[in-house]
Amino acid sequence: MKTDDLISLLATGAGAVESHAAERRCAKAMAVGAIGALLVMLSMLSIRHDLADAAMLPMFWLKIGFVASMVSASLFAVLRLSRPGARIDWVARLIAAPVLVMWVIAAYVLIQADPSERSDLFYGSTSAYCPFLIALFSVPAFVSVTWAMKGLAPTRPRLAGFAAGLLSGAIAALVYCLHCPEIEAPFVGFWYVLGMLIPAGAGAVLGRALLRW
Amino acid sequence: MQRTTREEGWRAKEVQLRELLLAGLAGDNSAYQVFLKELSAHLRAFLRKRLARLPDEVEDLVQESLIAVHNQRHTYNSEQPLSAWVQAIARYKLVDLLRRRAGQDLLNDPLDDDADFFSTADSEAAEARRDLNKLLDELPDQHRLPIIYTKLDGLSVQEAAKLTGMSESAIKVGVHRGLKALAARIRGNT
Repeated sequence: MKTDDLISLLATGAGAVESHAAERRCAKAMAVGAIGALLVMLSMLSIRHDLADAAMLPMFWLKIGFVASMVSASLFAVLRLSRPGARIDWVARLIAAPVLVMWVIAAYVLIQADPSERSDLFYGSTSAYCPFLIALFSVPAFVSVTWAMKGLAPTRPRLAGFAAGLLSGAIAALVYCLHCPEIEAPFVGFWYVLGMLIPAGAGAVLGRALLRW
Repeated sequence: MQRTTREEGWRAKEVQLRELLLAGLAGDNSAYQVFLKELSAHLRAFLRKRLARLPDEVEDLVQESLIAVHNQRHTYNSEQPLSAWVQAIARYKLVDLLRRRAGQDLLNDPLDDDADFFSTADSEAAEARRDLNKLLDELPDQHRLPIIYTKLDGLSVQEAAKLTGMSESAIKVGVHRGLKALAARIRGNT
């Protein structure tokens, strides 16, 4: 078959293509991933019983805001990296911004605190397993977001895998906020970030194998 | 002066091809066919220049890139320059080929972005090494029949569904997966 024949084959019956395909696919994948994370979490842990009281504290909302910003920034990265030739010069800055804000707040909290309290502010009581729980809860979103991206066209598979992993980690962290008893900025700024970086690192390593198209 | 004329030339090409593609994405198949035809000449020039040491691979890679453009056409965002989108796809397929050949050194031109992707065109198609008809025959029925009925015989999805006893969505999925499998076979993977 000559190239011209292939061209007429491709064009015959090609039809209209739905717009915003990338956004739709990612929205579906995120919903599936969030529900998956919630189910995995509820099979192991309960929602914190004092959630209503915690919701009165500004630090609780700062934490939610931080994690939600990470979801938005990594979603932006996923969408950009799913499109061939899209500009990605803002991606790194957008992802770094919420982390830097959290670190500034964490530094302020630590400086203000009595030296004997600093260790508690940083380690809390759950640091030994917090990042691993976030990584575990990110598995459903990791699968669904990677699937969504594979159906698009990531031309930089390592970066794309990193972004997919970070998005799944951020979704998992958001769900984990329903259980997690910690709200101090130094804790969130380190252990939550670590938890999100585990799936992101896995995505960077696996990207080339998982995101071929 | 000459430089500006050249620049105007590929800018005009970008505008024209973009309009054809957008019409195609909205459902105008004949505009889409013109788009693919014009694009194939630019892809050929782009790939031929970068694959000077593997001239036999050029036409196969043109065909593979065309299938990739077609299968991933839903990722084009109308706010983005068409040349950047097409070039990134062609480059991805080119790097993929070179990685399979385990020889980035075969590349005789750096893979940087040219703003003027549409400044070169080459409409002289060489023979592809692998015959698509034969490759198509090798596909399993659930991929082959939807492609033959809707793409070669020009039947609608409904008619093809009736003829094969498959559901309409199975026909659509079959075409998409079949084209993907075809591209993989051009690449030499089965």
